[in-house]
Amino acid sequence: MNPTLLLPLAVLLPFVAMLVAFALGARHVQRVALGALLLGTAVAAAIAWQWLQAGGTLVYVLGGWLPPLGIALRADGPAVTMMLAVAVVVCGIGVYACADFGMPAGTPEARAPFAFWLLLLAVWASLNLVFLSGDLFTLYVALELLTFAGVPLVCLEGRGETLRAALRYLLYALAGSLLYLLGAVLLYGGHGTLDITLLAERLRDEPLTWAAAGLMSAGLLAKTALFPLHLWLPPAHGGAPAAASAVLSALVVKGSWFLVVRLWFDVMPGVATAAAAQVLGAMGAAAIIVGSIVALRQQRLKLLVAYSTIAQIGYLFLMFPLAFDATGQVLQSEAALAGGVLQAVSHATAKAGMFMAAGLIYAALGHDRIADLGGVARAMPLAVAAFLVSGLALMGVLPSGAYLAKKLLLGAADDSGQWVWTLVLQGGAAFTAAYVVLVMAQVLRRPATALTLAAVPRMPQFAALALSLCSFALALAALGPLPPGLLKSPLEGSEFVTTLLVLAAGTTMAAGVALKPWLGGEGAPRRLAVSIGRGFESADALLRRWPSAGLSLLVVAALLAWLLGSR
Amino acid sequence: MSVDTLAALGASLLIGIGLYGLIVLPHPLRKIIAFNVMGSGVFMLFGALARRGAGAGFGADPVPQALLITGIVVAFAATALAIALVVRLIEATGSASLASDAPAPADAAPH
Repeated sequence: MNPTLLLPLAVLLPFVAMLVAFALGARHVQRVALGALLLGTAVAAAIAWQWLQAGGTLVYVLGGWLPPLGIALRADGPAVTMMLAVAVVVCGIGVYACADFGMPAGTPEARAPFAFWLLLLAVWASLNLVFLSGDLFTLYVALELLTFAGVPLVCLEGRGETLRAALRYLLYALAGSLLYLLGAVLLYGGHGTLDITLLAERLRDEPLTWAAAGLMSAGLLAKTALFPLHLWLPPAHGGAPAAASAVLSALVVKGSWFLVVRLWFDVMPGVATAAAAQVLGAMGAAAIIVGSIVALRQQRLKLLVAYSTIAQIGYLFLMFPLAFDATGQVLQSEAALAGGVLQAVSHATAKAGMFMAAGLIYAALGHDRIADLGGVARAMPLAVAAFLVSGLALMGVLPSGAYLAKKLLLGAADDSGQWVWTLVLQGGAAFTAAYVVLVMAQVLRRPATALTLAAVPRMPQFAALALSLCSFALALAALGPLPPGLLKSPLEGSEFVTTLLVLAAGTTMAAGVALKPWLGGEGAPRRLAVSIGRGFESADALLRRWPSAGLSLLVVAALLAWLLGSR
Repeated sequence: MSVDTLAALGASLLIGIGLYGLIVLPHPLRKIIAFNVMGSGVFMLFGALARRGAGAGFGADPVPQALLITGIVVAFAATALAIALVVRLIEATGSASLASDAPAPADAAPH
C-alpha cells in the first residue's frame, strides 16, 4: 500500500464517521465517535511514523492531478506535530465528554449530546484538512468547515446569551473569511495558482502580494481572535459547556493560527518583512497584557479561563518577530517555528485540561463564582490538581512544553538581539502565574459554609489531569528531535530564581488587581492597581464593540499590507 | 473602459458596500445580507479574473469557475446557519440584538 494514502484517510475518517453516526442516529453516535477517535489516532500515529521513516514531507496528489490543476495534501513537520497533538486532545475530550454527553441505555434521546459528538468529529476532520492541505482554496473551505463546526458548539445549550455569542462569532468569522478569500483570489489573479509551493516560487515583492497578504493575515487573525480582534471569544468560550469550551479553546483557534504560520513561513517567506512581523508580535504582547489583566478581574472561573485564552493566543504570535535574524532581513524559521508549534501543542493540551477542571468544579458546585470557591481543593483534589498542573504548564515551569518553547523563543530573541521580546515572554509567564495563584488562593481557603457538592464521576477528572500532565511533561517527549542542552534541572540556580521571580510577580499582581483584596488592606497601591485594572476592563469592553472591532480588522489589514510594502 | 475593468470596479464597489454594512449596521439580518453583498463582490472579481485567463494563458480559465461554485455553496451554507441562529435567538430572547454581551447577569457574584 502506498503510505501517503494515509493523508486523505486522516481527513476522510472523521468525516465518514460523522456521516455514519448521523445516519445511525443518537443511540449509536457515542459508540461510532469513540471508535473513530481510536482509529483516527492510530492513523495520525501512522502518519507520524511514515514521516519519520521518509525523513521529509509526505505528499499525496489527489486523483493523480499535479498542481496547479490538481490539489496536493502535504504532511511536513509542523503539520504532523499538530495532527498528533490534536488527536491526543480530541481523545482526552472524548473521554471527558462521556460523562456530560454520554447516553446510557434507558434515557431518552437528547439533541445536545448527539450534536456534540458529530461536531467533535467535524472539528477534528476540518483541523486535519487545515494541517495537511497544500492549496489556499482548500484551506479556505477547511477553515469554513471548522467555523461551521465550532459555532454550534458554542450554543449547544440553546440559552439566549449563548445563541447571541454564537451569532457574533459566526458573523465576525465570516467577515474574516471573506477577507481571506479576497486575498486568495487576488493571488490567483496574479499567479494563476493557489498551490503553496508553486506560489512560494512565483510570489514577487509587489503591491499585489502585499495587499493579498495583508487581507489574508487580517482575516485569519479575526478567526484566531488575536487582540484587538477578539470581540467574539470571551462570551463564546465562557458560555459553552466545558467539553465544548475545551474543543473551541484548545483546538478551533489553532486552525486559523496554523494557517497564518503557513502563510508567513511557507507561502511568502521572501516577502514577509520584519516590520510587519513586529506588528503581529505587538498585537500578541497587547493580547497578553490586556487578556491577563481582564482575566484577573473576572467573577466567574470559566470567563477567567476564556480571557486567559486571549492572552495565550497572544503568546502564539510572539514567534513571528523572533523568526527574523539580527539584520531583520532573513526569515530563518528553525528555532522560532519549532518554539511556536511547541507552544501551540502545549497550550492545546493544557487549556483543554484547564477548561475541563473548571467544568468539573462548575458541575459539582452548581456555580463557578471565583469568590465562593473556598474548600473546593479539599473536596475535589483531582480537579484542582488538574487546574494547578495545567496552570504550571501554561506558565512554562520545567519540564512543561511551554518551558521548552519559551527556551527556544528566548534563544531566538538573544540571537536576533530583540531583547524586548524576552521581557514580554517572561512577563507573560508572570501574568499566567497571577491568575493561577488567584484561583489557588480561593480554592485553598476554608469555606464559609459547608459545601454541598453534586457527585462528579472520576473518569472525567482523570481525563482532565491526564491532558494537563501531557502538557506538563511535553518537554521530555519533545527532546528527541530537538538539539540537546535545552533542558536543565529545575533546581539549578538560574532556573529556580526565574521560577520564583515569576511566581512572586504573579502573586503581587493577583493581590493588586483582583476584585476582592485578600492580601493586605485597601492602601494607596491597591487603589491604584484597581483603577488600572478597571481601565483595562473598559478598554477591552470598548474594543469588543462591533464598530470598533470591524474598524480594527480593516486597520490591521491595511497596516500589514503597508508594512509588507515598506522594505 | 474594458469589460474587465468595469467588472473589477463593480466588484470593488460591492465589497466596499458589504464591508460597510458588516461593520456599521447593528441588526444581524442586515449584517448577513451585507456578508452576501461582499461575497458577491469577491465572486465577481474571481469571475473577472477567470475571463482574463491569467493562470493558464488561454481564453477563459476554468479553474476559478469551479472554485467559484464551491465558494457560493460555502457562502450559502454560512447564510443558512446564520439565519437559523437568528431565528433561534429571537425565539429564545424575543429580540435579535447582538449588543448586550454582558455575560450571565443571572449568576453574577454579589459584591
